[in-house]
Amino acid sequence: MNTKPRLNIGAVRSSFAPWADPSAKPLVRFDQVTKRFGGETAVDAVSLDIYEGEFFALLGPSGCGKSTLMRMLAGFETPDLGRITLGGEDLAGRPPHLRPVNMMFQSYALFPHLTVAQNIAFGLRQQKKPKDEIAARVDEMLALVRLEGLAHRKPHQLSGGQKQRVALARAIAPKPRMLLLDEPLGALDRKLREETQFELMALQQRLGMTFLIVTHDQEEAMITADRIAVMRAGQLAQIGRPAEVYEAPNSRYVADFIGDVNLFEARVTEDDGDIIRLTSPEAPDGLEAIEDDEIAIGSTAWLAVRPEKMRVHLDPPPPGPNRLEGVVADIGYLGDWTTYLVELPGGRTIRAARANASRVVDRPVDWDDRVWLTFAPDSAVVLTR
Amino acid sequence: MSVTGAPRPRRPWRRLGRPRGSSSWEARAALLPYLWLGLFFFVPFLLVAKLSLSDVVLAIPPYAPRLDWSAGLPGLIAFVRALDFEAYARMGQDGLYLAAYLSSLKFAAVATAILLLVGYPLAYGMARCGPSVRQALLMAVILPFWTSFLIRVYAWIAILKPAGLLNMALAQIGLPPVDILNTDTAVYIGLVYAYLPFMVLPLYAVLERQEAGLLEAAADLGCTPFQSFWRVTFPLSLPGVAAGALLCFIPMVGEFVIPDLLGGSGTLMLGKTIWTEFFSNRDWPAASAVAIVLLATLVIPILLFQRQQTKMMEQR
Repeated sequence: MNTKPRLNIGAVRSSFAPWADPSAKPLVRFDQVTKRFGGETAVDAVSLDIYEGEFFALLGPSGCGKSTLMRMLAGFETPDLGRITLGGEDLAGRPPHLRPVNMMFQSYALFPHLTVAQNIAFGLRQQKKPKDEIAARVDEMLALVRLEGLAHRKPHQLSGGQKQRVALARAIAPKPRMLLLDEPLGALDRKLREETQFELMALQQRLGMTFLIVTHDQEEAMITADRIAVMRAGQLAQIGRPAEVYEAPNSRYVADFIGDVNLFEARVTEDDGDIIRLTSPEAPDGLEAIEDDEIAIGSTAWLAVRPEKMRVHLDPPPPGPNRLEGVVADIGYLGDWTTYLVELPGGRTIRAARANASRVVDRPVDWDDRVWLTFAPDSAVVLTR
Repeated sequence: MSVTGAPRPRRPWRRLGRPRGSSSWEARAALLPYLWLGLFFFVPFLLVAKLSLSDVVLAIPPYAPRLDWSAGLPGLIAFVRALDFEAYARMGQDGLYLAAYLSSLKFAAVATAILLLVGYPLAYGMARCGPSVRQALLMAVILPFWTSFLIRVYAWIAILKPAGLLNMALAQIGLPPVDILNTDTAVYIGLVYAYLPFMVLPLYAVLERQEAGLLEAAADLGCTPFQSFWRVTFPLSLPGVAAGALLCFIPMVGEFVIPDLLGGSGTLMLGKTIWTEFFSNRDWPAASAVAIVLLATLVIPILLFQRQQTKMMEQR
């Protein structure tokens, strides 16, 4: 599970990596936590550390157990096995109202009978704060989420984006040790969601609060989080920085779940330390990848190549490894990117994506063109499961 | 995605679904409630109002003046001139009417309070049950409507009478008998029993609709279950409380059957007063005047109820 960054990959906030420091104490520790609903195991022996100040994302398809994991931390579900600790303290048996974490709900769950200001003040009133202190904190929160003029509105008078901000402000106001965000942007439209992703990240940086976000949207997780835990059927598939899970996935599942990927089933023929050579019926000239983990010669492995790392040639490049030949079956023009679906002689379709870096090209790739695809050995990842 | 100025393709199916003239039919259908209200509420109301302005005479029917259509316009003028407010004046002079009126309000108010105390936990419990249990309980609340109201009130006589089921049960466990029938207590029991569904159903409707996530949010923000109830559940159920209270209070003020069958001679309620004036004293104008005053004072809570309903609809 521990992916050491062998290569310099992606964008990295390198100064912040408490998880790499063996002496650092995690803020939250899930220790072999299991939760079953009836016969179904929703969360299966998950162990996970989240550190102070971290923006951590639980990413996975619906039903993978990510929400259940978060709800166990908030106290809405009780683990069947295992322990959850917060700041070293075991949370077992502690009801939700005594846990110093606040949650922003997917449905927002704003109190419809209270105004925006009263919603934000709800947790503060519960903490029995003096009146003027509550008023000051509410004003501060309204300014933080830029809703100053709407303090006296009722939730039903707000737009979706405004409701989302109130829900966020309400959860932050009591200064929790940790903020839990359950699909916080799921109900927003695409444009607003993209804006809010960056705002959420900036907000977390400014407050220095620990954020745990649950999402099925890989883009949301990639943009906001310091680390991502990819979940599959109640288990952790991989934990790492966004660039690590994207560029160095540890399994076909992760490679396929995060972004698009072309997978070649191949047989390992040679391993000379850095470079691994493989053969596949789909690549007549052989395959090559840089990989410093040892892989047994003769075993089956999968070579994963992201579409944007495929180069498309209209003229045949010199023969050599990592060279595929095919016919353009489909072209998806997205404006910023163009995706080519190239059909190999065996019938398989490979994705290649190209950034439209200039407005005009001399020779555009057309439907039914014969093209060659190549990729560099360090653009491919060898996966054994 | 074509942005040409070409005419839109014709859509013949639009015409198929909408026969010509359907909109005027819809408009006419919308008038139906007004027609019904006019026919079955406003016209009878006018008749009662006219009665209340008449005088008592020993005749059949026992009031005057009567409108003689054959006399034409002079007859109508003579008729209107003969109307007066004597019945209302008599109401003001006789303290019995005011006493009956206040007593009715007291009965209705106290019974409404008891209904809230009994009905709220019931509705709350129902809303918190699983869907199948919920259906069964809802059925149980509605089930009494399948039996005649009168029979159910008579059943209470059988329970409350001196040698009735209640006293038999008390005797079984060695307690002294109670004499409840023909007292105000029996009236309260009858009112609470008969109106309980009208309290429970609106309360259940608002409580059942409440998003479960709100209670989780309240707990998350530091509320114990008890605090969550008072800060979230109860304030959000207030429209249901108002609806239930008014739905019970308004008809209970004019209730006749329950005080007549379960109450004693000392039980003073307007419904009984109207009945006595009408059938025992044959004083139709007085009975009508009492009914009109009752209606006039109930208009305020009825309007409140209406406003509450509109507000509830808006908030959805």
